[in-house]
Amino acid sequence: MVDAELRRPRASRFGRGEMTRFVPHTTVLTADDVARALKRMAHEIIERNSGLDDLVLIGLERGGVPIAQALGEALSSIENVDVEVGSVDASFHRDDISTTHILPEVTRIPFSVTDKHVVLCDDVLFTGRTVRAALDAVTDFGRPKTIQLAVVVDRGHRELPIRPDYIGKNLPTSRNESVRVSLDGVELGSREVLEQGTRESDQ
Amino acid sequence: MKDLLTIADLGADGIHEIMHAADSFAEVCQRPIPKVPALRGKTIASMFFEDSTRTRTSFETAAKRLSADVMNFSASSSSVNKGESLRDTVETIEAMGVDAIIVRHRSSGAPQQISRWANASVINAGDGWHAHPTQSLLDVYTIREEGRSFEGLRIAIVGDISHSRVARSNIEAFTLLGAEVTLVAPPTLLPPYVETLGAKVSHDIDTVLANTDVLYLLRMQNERMDQALVPSLGEYHRAFGLTPDRARKLADSALIMHPGPMNRGIEISPEVVDDPRVRVLNQVTNGVIVRMAVLYLVLSTAGADRSDA
Amino acid sequence: MSFFIHGGSIVGPKGVERADVLVTGSSIVAVGLDLPVPNSARHIDASGQIVMPGLVDLHAHLREPGNEEAETIETGARGAALGGYTAVIAMPNTDPTTDSPSIVRDVLAIAEGTLCEIVPSAAMTVGREGTLLTPMGELAAMGVRIFTDDGRGVQDPALMRSIMEYATGLEAITGGAPVVLAQHCEVEALSSGGHMHEGEWSTRLGMAGQPAEAETLMMIRDIALARRTGARIHFQHVSTAEGVEIIRAAKAEGLAITAEATTHHFTLTDAVCSSYNPVFKVHPPLRTDADVAALRLGLADGTIDCIATDHAPHEPHTKEFPFDQAPAGMLGLESALALALTELDLPIERIVELMSTRPAEIAGINDRHGNPVETGQRANLTIVDPNAEWTVAGAAMASRSHNTPYEGRTVRGKVQYTFLEGELTVEQGKATR
Repeated sequence: MVDAELRRPRASRFGRGEMTRFVPHTTVLTADDVARALKRMAHEIIERNSGLDDLVLIGLERGGVPIAQALGEALSSIENVDVEVGSVDASFHRDDISTTHILPEVTRIPFSVTDKHVVLCDDVLFTGRTVRAALDAVTDFGRPKTIQLAVVVDRGHRELPIRPDYIGKNLPTSRNESVRVSLDGVELGSREVLEQGTRESDQ
Repeated sequence: MKDLLTIADLGADGIHEIMHAADSFAEVCQRPIPKVPALRGKTIASMFFEDSTRTRTSFETAAKRLSADVMNFSASSSSVNKGESLRDTVETIEAMGVDAIIVRHRSSGAPQQISRWANASVINAGDGWHAHPTQSLLDVYTIREEGRSFEGLRIAIVGDISHSRVARSNIEAFTLLGAEVTLVAPPTLLPPYVETLGAKVSHDIDTVLANTDVLYLLRMQNERMDQALVPSLGEYHRAFGLTPDRARKLADSALIMHPGPMNRGIEISPEVVDDPRVRVLNQVTNGVIVRMAVLYLVLSTAGADRSDA
Repeated sequence: MSFFIHGGSIVGPKGVERADVLVTGSSIVAVGLDLPVPNSARHIDASGQIVMPGLVDLHAHLREPGNEEAETIETGARGAALGGYTAVIAMPNTDPTTDSPSIVRDVLAIAEGTLCEIVPSAAMTVGREGTLLTPMGELAAMGVRIFTDDGRGVQDPALMRSIMEYATGLEAITGGAPVVLAQHCEVEALSSGGHMHEGEWSTRLGMAGQPAEAETLMMIRDIALARRTGARIHFQHVSTAEGVEIIRAAKAEGLAITAEATTHHFTLTDAVCSSYNPVFKVHPPLRTDADVAALRLGLADGTIDCIATDHAPHEPHTKEFPFDQAPAGMLGLESALALALTELDLPIERIVELMSTRPAEIAGINDRHGNPVETGQRANLTIVDPNAEWTVAGAAMASRSHNTPYEGRTVRGKVQYTFLEGELTVEQGKATR
């Protein structure tokens, strides 16, 4: 879950960001809605790529990984073939490392991406900066035939020319709203600051 | 945290976080292009006031794999020899615009002093007999990589404890993580009031071997003979060296580690160097990985909350 | 010029009592209450303050000649006056070494007219190199009473025996006044390479230490040699509990041994070195809590005769080297009295003995310093407000250097006035020139 209960949860010793908590206001999609959306997206992926030959899924750490797994299962059950699913942490390719920090997760791409159709999977598409970083990360592993993007929620406010190929739901939001996505559903809410400033003095 | 000066500064939590991040960098090092732009635009000064090709190369490799620019400073070719104070030297380098300073110094405490004067992050690459935190972190990583839990792990550190920054930092790291550390050395190579370091002490390696999960050998230096701390390197080898006989007393599952460079025939017999339990090259590999994690985390000064999900 | 010091308490022959003091010229002309005051006398309000004999420091490094960037005799004397001192024994580790009559004359000439009486000591060995005797006879003839190689101890026992024997013969020149051999006790074979006390902290910090035995072994040697030769030995900057015990035993035996402890050795421990700040580097090194406790006991019971400063100025940049490369030494003159008053739980009379009476006697200058405040004595006086608090700041000191180990510490006891030979050197806490 990207929009986890506590943000910046593992940056205890090194992070200096403020700790925030998600406060839900309205439920946008239920767990069933999400499952249906993923199933539809799976069909779209199959249709667009004329099957699953040379198709792999890569989830973006951390919220996109369960989405990729769920999509993979949906694809497999439709076409009755195994789809390889990897994960990528785009932290090392971000352009905003100095303003944010979460301990990185291990990138797992145990297959070649060269000449594959790579579908990047994420929970929420917002500014597009994470996807931009993920594109760089993935292309370091090889030269895919295509890279496509699947997201559960597109909440708008793009800062880069990036658009999703498969969308669970378009959700108009204001910038100061927050979206929480998981396989259990989608909620709209806000973030509440828990503590200010640095965790502890450095000296 | 701004600096990495000692293991104690990190605490067990800090060690765990670095291990967690190091796993990611281990994966990066396996990629076809083992390099990420994480520290692009950052400048790291590598200030080695004492020669150490290995540590310097390891740090510089780590920095380059993170796409940082590395500025090189060697004491031998600098104004240090002209009587410039440490503070002046550091402030001069910092004025060139650096984000982090990696310091190796023969004087204990020099990195602490530098951290008081510099705004840049200071990373201790070994100071005097005091501390060598990144060595300890790579040692922890190497043991952890074997799937060993530190809780109750029996680690024997053998050799010149007195003059060893590696020993001091490793005792700190290993005991923080719950291991039981035994120091094995003749009394002349143990510091006074050794009990203050929080480890057990033995003067007899043979009684320790059978109950050891990790045997950590330290480098023995020639000058200890001149200082009359040991009669001869031959006697040291016979009394404390890891000979084939002694290696047989070690459990099959035991690990043999050494910070390098090894003195074959002194702390370890040449026949034992190739023993399958020796992890010396893993330590070197892990050095780059762990130093990537350290540089990445120390230079990641987080501020605003990430708004992009 | 007359001064009427009124409203304060004096440290007189009968201890502390309420009394006014009239100073005329260079002498105390009247002490008591309801004194007849000449109209011309300047009034000094000493209400709530203590009027005591001017302090005497047996041990200060004034750096001149040779290292005037760190301190000059003039700035050192000014700092001394601000600290309440009227006499300071200057250590001979100048450059060149104060080991000949000509250098002693130079030091005396430079010291002329400064804010404190500067009393040169001279080296025991030429260049403090521990091989040849200095012209001790000539030096004694011109008034030098303290000989020391301070900064180094005399390592060679045969040479030390020779120095002691030669010194005992000099009483013919001094008219019976003893020549004092002040020893910096440090067996270099044990201490060399060490930069702090050898103990738990040096082990934790990975620093080579100086064991306590480096001090005590030389004490034991010198006591044995003094027993044989009858020389007058003074132990400088005693820093160890064992050292205090050794002196206690020697005094009980009746040997003419004296000893000093420095302010920093009874107020700081080796734990402060954990910052690796070379401002805490000093020889002998700061030791443990047990040593501090033993020194305090020794100061209380008379085993230790006096408090010295071992004032050792070093230019700021020299303390910006690594700990093991920085020079040893700390400032002391301007903070010693306040630290003694703040840290030692001793009556003011005992503080005066430790910081004035006994050091004046040991230095042989008790004709003019270190005497109780009473009619007929020379007007070398210090007026201190024992309750005034102030914060130590190196940059605010008169010294050319700033290396105080007490930076930022709040202490109690402020020197308000100092009189040297009846003239004000410090007035309302400020040097008069």
